[in-house]
Amino acid sequence: MTTTALTHTTVGLGRSRSGGRALGALTDIWAMTRRNLVHISREPMQLSDVTLQPVLFTALFVYIFGGAIPIPGGSYKDYLLAGILALNLVTSTMGTAVGLSTDLHEGMIDRFRALPMWRSAVLVGRSVADFMTSCLCALIVALTGLAVGWRADASTASILAGFLVVLFFAYSLAWIAACVGLNSKSPESAASFGFIVLFPLAFVSNAMVPTLHMPGWLQAIANWNPVSAVCAAARHLWGNPNPSAAVSAWPMQHPIEASLIWSVAILVIAASSAAHFFRRRITE
Amino acid sequence: MGTDLMIEAVGLQKRYGDTQALAGVDFSVPAGTILGLLGPNGAGKTTAVRILTTLALPDGGRGAVAGIDVVRSPGEVRRHIGVAAQDATLDPLLTGRQNLVLVGELSDMGRAASRARAEELLDQFELTDAADRVLKGYSGGMRRRLDLAASLTTRPPVLFLDEPTTGLDPTSRQRVWQAIRELLEDGVTVLLTTQYLEEADALAHRIVVVDHGRVIADGTPLELKEASRSARLEVTLSTPHPGAVAALAPLVAGAVRVGEDGRRLSAGVDMASGLATAVVRALDAAGVLVDHIEVRQPSLDDVFFSLTGGHIEEEEEEAGFVDGSRHELEGAHA
Repeated sequence: MTTTALTHTTVGLGRSRSGGRALGALTDIWAMTRRNLVHISREPMQLSDVTLQPVLFTALFVYIFGGAIPIPGGSYKDYLLAGILALNLVTSTMGTAVGLSTDLHEGMIDRFRALPMWRSAVLVGRSVADFMTSCLCALIVALTGLAVGWRADASTASILAGFLVVLFFAYSLAWIAACVGLNSKSPESAASFGFIVLFPLAFVSNAMVPTLHMPGWLQAIANWNPVSAVCAAARHLWGNPNPSAAVSAWPMQHPIEASLIWSVAILVIAASSAAHFFRRRITE
Repeated sequence: MGTDLMIEAVGLQKRYGDTQALAGVDFSVPAGTILGLLGPNGAGKTTAVRILTTLALPDGGRGAVAGIDVVRSPGEVRRHIGVAAQDATLDPLLTGRQNLVLVGELSDMGRAASRARAEELLDQFELTDAADRVLKGYSGGMRRRLDLAASLTTRPPVLFLDEPTTGLDPTSRQRVWQAIRELLEDGVTVLLTTQYLEEADALAHRIVVVDHGRVIADGTPLELKEASRSARLEVTLSTPHPGAVAALAPLVAGAVRVGEDGRRLSAGVDMASGLATAVVRALDAAGVLVDHIEVRQPSLDDVFFSLTGGHIEEEEEEAGFVDGSRHELEGAHA
C-alpha cells in the first residue's frame, strides 16, 4: 500500500489535539458565535425585533389597550411586562431559523465541513449568539418597563430568576426554530415560520390579556400553552399581578415547574432533532 | 508504485438521482505534483473533488488522501487538506481578515497563530489593503485569491482547487497561476480541476480528462498532444502552381486541400522531425515558390476534440486564449 509523503515535505502545520476534543469544540463554538455576532453588527436592523420591537409593543399595549383591560389585583402595565418579554423573545427565535437556513444556502457551509472542526458548532454557535441577543432584548424590555412605570415587588434573586425562566424557554424554543431552518427550502420560507407558528403561540396565551374572558375551548389551549406557564412564572417571581393563579389547570397552579418541564422537554427533543436534521442535511 | 501517492481515487462512483456523476473514476497524484482534472461542465470533476475532500460519500470505489481513507477517517483527512471550492465559500459579511482568522481558529490553530497567519496570507496574496473591507465589496478576482489564501491557512500538504480561475479576467488568472506555481516549490500536492485546456497545459504535470463521469485520457500534456497526432501543415505559395499538390501528397496524411486563391494549401500530417525541411525540399524540387510554411502542433483543444467529439463549451476565445504551440518558418523560399 502507499505511504504518506508527509515526512518529505516542508508543509503540514502539526495541528495537535493536545487540548482535547472538548476544548476544541468550545473554541469552535466561540469562533462561530463571534462570527454570528459580527453578522449582527453588520446589519443592526436585523436586531430591530429585539431592540425596537419591545419598546414599540410596550408603548402600544400600555397606552392603547392598557386602559381597556382590567387586571384584578393590580395595574395592566405590571401585568403586561412578563407578556411583552415572552412575546418578544418567542418571536425573535425566527432569527435562528432564518440565520441557519441562510448558512446552509451559502457555500460557506462547505468550507466549514471541510475543516477539522466540530461541525455542530455551526448550530450551537448560532444558538449562543441568539441567546446573547435574547439577553439584550430582556434588558431593553426591563428598561422600557421601568420607563413606563412597571415595578417588580420581589427580591433581586427572584426578579433575576423570573428573567431566567423566560430566557431559558426562549433558548429551548430557538432549537425548534433551528429544526425549521434546517428543513426549509429557503431563508424566506424559514421566515414564514414566525407568522404561522410563533405569533399564535405567543398570543393564544395569558401573555397580553388574562385568559378568563376567552371562549372555553380557547381557554383550555391557552392555559396549557407553555407561553402562559412562562408568563405566569415570571409574574409570580416578580411579585406582579398574576390572575392565572386562580385558574385550576395544573400549569397555572405550578407555573415555575411547568415552565422548566416544558423548556427541558423542548430543548432535549428539539436539539437532538436539530442535530439529526443537520447531519442529514450535510450528508450527500 | 515507487512514488508516494498523496491523492488516490480508485473506481469512484457516485449517483445523484438519475445522473451518474461518476461511473468508476481512477487517478492518482504523486507527492509534490499537480494533477489537472479536465472536462466540460457536468463531467464529474466537482463530484470527484467533493468525495476526496469528505464532502460527499462515494457509492462505490475508494478514495484516499495522504494515505488516509476518506470514508473511514474523514476527520483525519480534513487535517491534511486545503480546499478552494468552485462556489464562493467565505463569509460575505466578514472582512477578508476576519474570514482568514475564522478559518484558522476552526482549524485549531489558536487565536494568535490564526491572526499571524492571516497577516502573512493577506500579504502574500496582495490583499492587505482590502483586509478590513467586508467581502461583499471584493471583486471576483480578489474573492478567488482570498479563497485560495483561506485554503492555505494551515499549510496543508494536499490542496484541492476546484476551477480556481473560472470567470476571472486574464490578469487575475495569471496571478492565481503564479500563486499555484509557488505552492509547488513548498512541496504541496495539488488536484486542480479546470475547464480550460490552457490552464491544465500551463500548470499540470499530468492531466486526466473526464467526460460523462469516466476517465477518457490520462497522461502528461505532451503525451496527450502526441497521442492525437493531428498536426496540420499549412503552406502559402507565391503563385498558384499545378505541381504543388503532387509534391506534397507523399508527405501528408490524407488529402491536400487547396484554398480558393490556389495559393493556400493545407493537410493533416503525422508529426515527424524534419517535416518542414522535407516539405520545403519537395516543393523546391517541383519548382514551387513558397512564401510561408507552418506546422501546427495539436493544441490540447484538438486533443479534447478528438477525445470527446465536442469542444469544451466555454468561451476560451473571449477569455483571451490563443492556440497551443506554433512552429513557424517564415519566408522559406526556394
